[in-house]
Amino acid sequence: MTAKHEDATAVKPYGSDGTPLVSVTDVTKYFPIKFGVFRRHVGDVKAVDGVSFDILRGETLGLVGESGSGKSTIGRVVLQLHRATEGSVLFEGVELTEAKGEVLRKIRPRMQMVFQDPHTSLNPRMTVAAIIGEPLREHSNGNAADRHNRVEELLTIVGLDPKHANRYPHEFSGGQRQRIGVARAIALNPDFIVCDEPIAALDVSIQAQVINLLEKLQKEMDLTYLFISHDLAMVRHIADRVAVMYLGRFMELADVDTVYERPMHPYTLALHSAVPVPDPVVEATRKRIILEGDIPSPSNPPSGCTFHTRCPIAQERCAVEIPEWREVENGHWVSCHFAEESVKMLEAVTGAV
Amino acid sequence: MTKPEPVLEVKNLTTRFNTQDGTVHAVTNISFNLNKGEFLGVVGESGSGKSVTMMSLLRLIPIPPGEIVSGEAIFDGEDLIGMDDRDLRDVRGGRIGFVFQDPMTSLNPVIKVGPQIIEALLTHRNISKSEAHDRAFELLEMVGIPDPDARLDSYPHEFSGGMRQRAMIAIALACSPEVVIADEPTTALDVTIQAQIIQIVKDLRDQLGTAVIWITHDLGVIASLADRVIVMYGGQIVEEGPVAEIYGNPQHPYTKALLRSVPRLDQKGDNLESIKGQPPSMYSAPTSCVFAPRCEYAYDRCREENPVLEQISEGHRSACWWDIEKGATRHDR
Repeated sequence: MTAKHEDATAVKPYGSDGTPLVSVTDVTKYFPIKFGVFRRHVGDVKAVDGVSFDILRGETLGLVGESGSGKSTIGRVVLQLHRATEGSVLFEGVELTEAKGEVLRKIRPRMQMVFQDPHTSLNPRMTVAAIIGEPLREHSNGNAADRHNRVEELLTIVGLDPKHANRYPHEFSGGQRQRIGVARAIALNPDFIVCDEPIAALDVSIQAQVINLLEKLQKEMDLTYLFISHDLAMVRHIADRVAVMYLGRFMELADVDTVYERPMHPYTLALHSAVPVPDPVVEATRKRIILEGDIPSPSNPPSGCTFHTRCPIAQERCAVEIPEWREVENGHWVSCHFAEESVKMLEAVTGAV
Repeated sequence: MTKPEPVLEVKNLTTRFNTQDGTVHAVTNISFNLNKGEFLGVVGESGSGKSVTMMSLLRLIPIPPGEIVSGEAIFDGEDLIGMDDRDLRDVRGGRIGFVFQDPMTSLNPVIKVGPQIIEALLTHRNISKSEAHDRAFELLEMVGIPDPDARLDSYPHEFSGGMRQRAMIAIALACSPEVVIADEPTTALDVTIQAQIIQIVKDLRDQLGTAVIWITHDLGVIASLADRVIVMYGGQIVEEGPVAEIYGNPQHPYTKALLRSVPRLDQKGDNLESIKGQPPSMYSAPTSCVFAPRCEYAYDRCREENPVLEQISEGHRSACWWDIEKGATRHDR
């Protein structure tokens, strides 16, 4: 790839004058594809391919994208659950990609994760007290009684009955299980939580409960979130800034109002256009940008701009040249050769924006 | 407006599942009509009974443990529920097409896509193999699959998710059915692919005039597609009406709360009003309003008596003792 991974001073959104809690620079994550008896290395799934961004203290950075875009991989790379192939991840200035052993162990309690599926992310053979108490046992000095009190306190915080501490996960509904997952994530008073599709498996009427809980905890505990989701409407609700991802790269990054009200990347525009709004009056008059074709495979991504195969306004240049990740206006980052003209060009081609 | 002509009339349908843990009252006493050429959206959360209702119509639920306790489904003058298996087989896939949520499990993985479409045609139509092949080609073209000849000769795993769902739609439409029932057909797909499928379905509806029942939990999808909407909760219909009424003038507290709990892409909202509590357990037959434990309007009667679905304005039915607009009870007891 031609992205300049070796350049440590590469461009980064949100200049370093604010103090980012997490700072990601030119991160790539390739998963090797191995073949045959000798497990020959025949290629790579380029899950994340040269991504740079900061997460500011106290903010919620929304990360949206379709399946296979690499958004979950980013979350895991930041937490060092996957090790980056290349690039740097700083947490309060400490380089994590090379951190090992005790250094990493010291930092782990401060970065937590809420998983998508509350059915598979809780051990069915452990009681709720054991699940929530596990990080406490591992990382805090208290005795059993302290832990028990803390578990009851945590259950209360997330809106569950502390008397249910000795029940097993299957005795709870999906929404309640997700609350248990949240309680586990906040047990050690972290600074930063990666929420990886935390509401995708929940019913509509329960989603709002979990979102409201996450927002409440953020205020009370000064949490910073990386909120990964494919639900664009929910991200608009919860995020301060939003990054849009497609096939391992960032397409656009800006504050939430900019991304939703005056996006510049054709992919962002198409994504917004694709989401139906729960209002038949609006829907009746809406014109859509319908993208053709399917999302290409990340093991063999298109040349140039990865989006060019589906982009309604792609030009010859797009197939050859990877667009620069550039700050088009203050805090508004776009990776498109035609960012400034994209809205007009799309209007001309599709008649809808 | 001409009086709508029903193509399917469902009356008092009740379906249960007798499991080791007890009886699950999946669907209780449901009645609705589907009119000719109409697009009927069915919304509800998981466990609300929306899929079981539609599966029951064609007896696609496993019996046992399933049991259709009562009800009729009148399709073209005949009751599907009481129909013998042979006749029902002609209806399934012939006159009523079905599209399921997950195309990976509903297409046969070891048979090429072409033969699977042709099979449906040969079963229900009196045509030759080569005619069936031509029709299959035409169908793939119709649902927007590029290079249909090569695709007829491919296995399902060579298709992407969106293409598989297109192929499923092609199979459902193969015999020009009067009714197509689609159960969460776009839920497993990415939004840009969902937009493609919705566009195709819209085009086909205008072209073919097939009546469609579209089951989903996505209020946005229904808003963009449906003429009329049924809202289900706890195995019952709680509200039913024209799409503009349901979204613009919801009368059941559940519908109202549900609409307020979803964020909108096109608007900046500060507060999400969540619906407190959990969905109902289905292990007991409803004797009171199923939504009452979570309802902000609930009063004594709601906890004692299950409200009936009654007409509140032309074409708009709601099952609630409380009149939200008047702020009073709908009836005196």
